Amino acid sequence: MTLLLGIFEEGLIYALMALGVYITYKILDFPDLSVDSTFPMGAALTASAILAGQNPVVTLFLSFLAGAAAGCVTGLIHVKLKVRDLLSGIIVMTGLYSLNLRFAGGRANVPIFTQETIFENPYLDRLVPPKARPFTVVVILLFLVLACKILLDLYLNTRSGRLLRAVGDNETLVTSLAKDKGIVKITGLAIANGFASLAGSVYCQHKGFFEISVGTGTIVMGLASVIIGIQVFCPDHRPYLFKLLGRTFSLKPTTAVVAGSVIYKACISLAISFGLEANDLKLITSALFLAILVLSSQRRKKVKVHA
Amino acid sequence: MLKLNHICKYYHPGTVNQMCLFQDFNLSVKKGQFLSVVGSNGSGKTSMLNIICGSIPVDSGAIYIGKENITHMPEFKRQRRIGRVYQNPAMGTCPHMTILENMALADNKGKPFNLRPGTNRRRIDYYRHQLKTLGLGLEDKLQIRAGVLSGGQRQAMALLMAAMTPIDFLILDEHTAALDPKTAETIMVLTGKIVKEKGLTTIMVTHNLRYAAEYGDRLLMMHQGKAVLDLAGQEKQAVGIQDLLEKFNAISVECGN
Repeated sequence: MTLLLGIFEEGLIYALMALGVYITYKILDFPDLSVDSTFPMGAALTASAILAGQNPVVTLFLSFLAGAAAGCVTGLIHVKLKVRDLLSGIIVMTGLYSLNLRFAGGRANVPIFTQETIFENPYLDRLVPPKARPFTVVVILLFLVLACKILLDLYLNTRSGRLLRAVGDNETLVTSLAKDKGIVKITGLAIANGFASLAGSVYCQHKGFFEISVGTGTIVMGLASVIIGIQVFCPDHRPYLFKLLGRTFSLKPTTAVVAGSVIYKACISLAISFGLEANDLKLITSALFLAILVLSSQRRKKVKVHA
Repeated sequence: MLKLNHICKYYHPGTVNQMCLFQDFNLSVKKGQFLSVVGSNGSGKTSMLNIICGSIPVDSGAIYIGKENITHMPEFKRQRRIGRVYQNPAMGTCPHMTILENMALADNKGKPFNLRPGTNRRRIDYYRHQLKTLGLGLEDKLQIRAGVLSGGQRQAMALLMAAMTPIDFLILDEHTAALDPKTAETIMVLTGKIVKEKGLTTIMVTHNLRYAAEYGDRLLMMHQGKAVLDLAGQEKQAVGIQDLLEKFNAISVECGN
């Protein structure tokens, strides 16, 4: 039971970040490495803000905005200075590492165990009966992820959101629509990194500390979640109808990404419960990611042959 | 309406491959004119369109729309008044978006892309009606992704989308070249209809001499960055494919082909 709850907690936290990676990787077709440092940036800012007595809920918004600003920087470097997508992400990622240390007051780890967070505060203590305590974290996370997912879905159906989808699909058409494709890309990167930073903030409040290395491999986790989710639930990159117990369900890509994140964390937990050490985590991460990449490309080939 | 004044364009300037494409090139297109452009490969037809649309910069010279100098206006701003259809049918639509979403995108051209709904439900009937005029049965497939349509269907949609909002110019860049003869014919008939209905000033580049002779009220034959033939009015109406072919052969022979 604890294991299952743990999987959901971790999976849902990283799902927030994966929603951002979905925007960059799937919609914009932009491999954005800056999430590797915007995730810890959210954590660093949150730890400092909470220690300074800031309301934990406010830190969520603060982190999102800071992440969005970092995303804008990546976008500006790519669009205005014409640096390649991968490199602009790396530049921001590297630079932010130092900034994150500054945000955390020059320390590589900041504990906030005794502070109030969105998961531990007097309101919750009064509200939740002792029996339901173990589930509070998952329920809060579920609400948060659901809210973000719905907001993102709504956004993607606005005119601005449609333009974002169009720029990843066919840049020429965006120019034909008399819109600057660069600004659209920057918007997308801002939203994506906002989500990554928000996830970092939630992570920090859940774990009770900030640590400079929490961001390492974020992009791999995000990509893995996105690819698992999309491959399993919507192979055509569109709402996919599947039948379960005689009923038809449709799953939006955003939902699929959230599910993918949970599945991914389950795979990792499984690997660890089979006797691998926590030190091997990054090795498992990359091996799993490789496996997913190879499997998904093989599947695509098969489809081509049959068509 | 549209004026190209003393345009000079070099490719690879400052290298051994330096090539002069346009040297003092001039062109003026009147409002409502339908200009067909023919010419061999490398004669500068597509470059001319790219210069008009702002896809490539000029080395010297000026481009005017009406009285406004647009020489240094970025490409995306010029597109506000220009509708362009490319040779590649994939360029005109978003493959992962549905037909309805594509139509709605085109309909929003010129409006702010803000947080209002991407598709205006009250416009759906209008889109359906527009698609019906194509006669391709697309009006019943609004929820299908554009990527699964055939090249001809996509090109028809691209044409419709390019001319959906009020524009001054329609730029057709060999828009039938990638299609089979029958589909190309359908698209050309459609082009003629749209241009006539909306009274658009049109520049059409084509390799099909018959289309060049049949459509439009002015004909330009280009060769090595110059207009070697420029016919309008009565002369244009009288010209046949045979005349064009002879002229074409003459310049090709000069070239040593």
